[in-house]
Amino acid sequence: MWPLGYKLLLAVLGMAVLVSGLPVQAADRVPMPKVPKALEKTEKGHAKLMRLKHMDLMRHQRDETVHKGIRTKQYSLKACISCHAVAGPDKQPVSITSPKHFCRSCHDYAAVKVDCFQCHSSKPPSSASLKLPLTKQIQGFLRR
Amino acid sequence: MKNSETGNLARRKFLAGMAGMAGVSLASGVTLFSFAAAKEPGQAVSSKVRWGMLIDINKCADGCDKCVSACFEENGIDSTGNPATDPQWIRKVELRDPNSGATKSLPVMCQHCAEPPCVDVCPTGASFKRKDGIVLVDKHTCIGCRYCMMACPYKARSFVHEDLTDQKPYAPRGKGTVEGCTLCVHRIDAGGIPACVEACSDSAGGAMLFGDLNDPASEISRRVAKYATRQIRADLRLDPGVRYRGL
Amino acid sequence: MATATKTVFKELNGEEAKFYGALGLLGLAALIGVVAAYYMETNGHHVTGMNNQIVWGMPHVFAVFLIVASSGALNVASIGSVFGRTAYKPLARLSGLLAVALLVGGLAVLVLDLGRPDRLIVAMTTYNFKSIFAWNIYLYIGFLAIVAVYLWMMLEWRMNRYSNAVGMVAFVWRLALTTGTGSIFGFLVARQSYDAAVFAPLFIAMSFALGLAVFILVLAVSCAADDRPLGDYIITKLGRLLGVFVAAVLYFVIVQHLTNLYAAEHHGVERFILLEGGVITALFWVGQIILGGLVPLALLFHPALNKTRANIYLAASLAILGGMAQLYVIIIGGQSYPLVLFPGMEVKSLFFDGVVHSYLPSLPEIALGVGGIAVAGLIIMIGMKVLRFLPDSLTDGAVDPHHNNSPN
Repeated sequence: MWPLGYKLLLAVLGMAVLVSGLPVQAADRVPMPKVPKALEKTEKGHAKLMRLKHMDLMRHQRDETVHKGIRTKQYSLKACISCHAVAGPDKQPVSITSPKHFCRSCHDYAAVKVDCFQCHSSKPPSSASLKLPLTKQIQGFLRR
Repeated sequence: MKNSETGNLARRKFLAGMAGMAGVSLASGVTLFSFAAAKEPGQAVSSKVRWGMLIDINKCADGCDKCVSACFEENGIDSTGNPATDPQWIRKVELRDPNSGATKSLPVMCQHCAEPPCVDVCPTGASFKRKDGIVLVDKHTCIGCRYCMMACPYKARSFVHEDLTDQKPYAPRGKGTVEGCTLCVHRIDAGGIPACVEACSDSAGGAMLFGDLNDPASEISRRVAKYATRQIRADLRLDPGVRYRGL
Repeated sequence: MATATKTVFKELNGEEAKFYGALGLLGLAALIGVVAAYYMETNGHHVTGMNNQIVWGMPHVFAVFLIVASSGALNVASIGSVFGRTAYKPLARLSGLLAVALLVGGLAVLVLDLGRPDRLIVAMTTYNFKSIFAWNIYLYIGFLAIVAVYLWMMLEWRMNRYSNAVGMVAFVWRLALTTGTGSIFGFLVARQSYDAAVFAPLFIAMSFALGLAVFILVLAVSCAADDRPLGDYIITKLGRLLGVFVAAVLYFVIVQHLTNLYAAEHHGVERFILLEGGVITALFWVGQIILGGLVPLALLFHPALNKTRANIYLAASLAILGGMAQLYVIIIGGQSYPLVLFPGMEVKSLFFDGVVHSYLPSLPEIALGVGGIAVAGLIIMIGMKVLRFLPDSLTDGAVDPHHNNSPN
């Protein structure tokens, strides 16, 4: 009676309903991201605020910096990626090409693509030239 | 024509007023914007300052390109292997007068005009002038239409034709947007001077001088007041912040 | 007022296979254009012939052609509504459709050539009101809206009585639009070959000629493919009008170059375009002036030549070819001549100061441009298929109010 196409569609839909009704095993889920901790002590509520508002705060800071030359550390992209730097096997900060990078750890999980690093460096400033351990050099930058 | 004349007059009056104010603040010893004092990171730039450059061509040696290599090093500019699409923030231009045979050599970069045509034509406002006179591209809003490159009389803008990696943290640059000399704005905001000027030190000729054109006490203002200087394409009345001596 | 027989409009109802075949070909060309744009965007513009010297290339030639032709295509409707020529009334709907289609095609090319086409939303939300580009965004969107309303007034019989008034608004708007397009170049003080107020009227004249040429060809092809009678009267009339417009373009070109030749500071760029520019010079004289100007004029006005339809169609095709050549000369030729930073001095640098810049159009650029034409074609075909744009008959009796009482 019904054309084959409709029957097939109905079958697929039925399967989908069945599968979605099954209880999901924890192991089937995409694992929660391991977000690198800040290297410097942050103010209370920082993580929660940034989780909710980092895009707005950074966008605001971005306009302030580019147009007015305001270069405070708070909400600056450079400060974020410096304080949350992750060391690779060579003890140097990893770039955005690594899935361990601070920004990627969450953005990969949320499947949100950002284009910041087409232009911006994804590594802390001048880390390569310093021989200090990772945390020390970055603390140096942040205090400067 | 008439409008632009009155506009110029108004600007001159305004600038004169500004210079006067700067003088008063200097006299009372409370100037915040003298060249030596770095701006606080949280402080917004102000139109009391007009950053500029004075280039003494008599001291600029033929074949010397220390300013160019310093700029490229500072801002992470590498050759892509294709000169036609290579970015060029600053270049050395060799001049020869066909009548007399006299030759000159000088660096040309963004002239940081007071009335920049690149800013006028930009559809999104990505090409803009900071209050302290530095002309920049906000790459967050640049759509890559290249109209500013058509409008610039100095060929000072480049379009990024390829993907870039390993940019300098303080000099973001990326494919599909237009870029040009920033006057090393990241250094200026930290109280420094542009990399090209630093490279052209006294031992390298000392041809380049950087400073605040609005501050009558600054070295650059005193020299501009004392010696005859020229702006490239002064006929366009764009009032560039880069001036040349001996052109 | 003499009234012709009421015009009957019908959707395309010819051979289905022919229609869908043509539609498929245009769809393929549009798809290739999209692929080319994607290729240019992912690799960066170094895969094109454009560089830091020639910053606008083939996509801009195509886009400006389509945009200029778009405003000109609306003229046929304006002649009917604004200037009250009843013979043109049956053509008004098609004229409006062409205007919309060509503009959308041109804008698609322009947008897909951007360095960051993904930021289109930025271009639509962040404006610098001093920029002619920003004005143009408003002029283009406004044009599309006004022509859409105009088409509605014409297609819906209850609204017919307003169509003349809207037609007037559309006519004024299209003049502003082409002024804006010409001023993109006219306002560029930096470059020797631009920076001239004549670009606004020159572009308006070009739009009249190119828009009408495209209109004549689309009308001829549609009527032939859909077996609709097309009388000599209307085609001859359109042909004569095209001749006037082609002559107007030539006039403004002469003014443009004579003005420059009078000023010593522009002698360099004029020598480049008119004498020493190689491809540019050849395109100017052979493409723009002879094939795009003088030959069409001869075909349209010489009493021995302007009798056949084939010659009118040939003249329209040549006018289009000449228009493309002219835009190439304006856009590419204008950038090829180096900027003059130091008048009277010989200059050289590692950044091509003082040398004529070379440009070789690349395949993706041309594919993108052709894709834009295909998009316009698709809109025209689909429009005529689903709505009543094309008159059932354009025989002399159907369009000429004096057909029976004039000796002809």
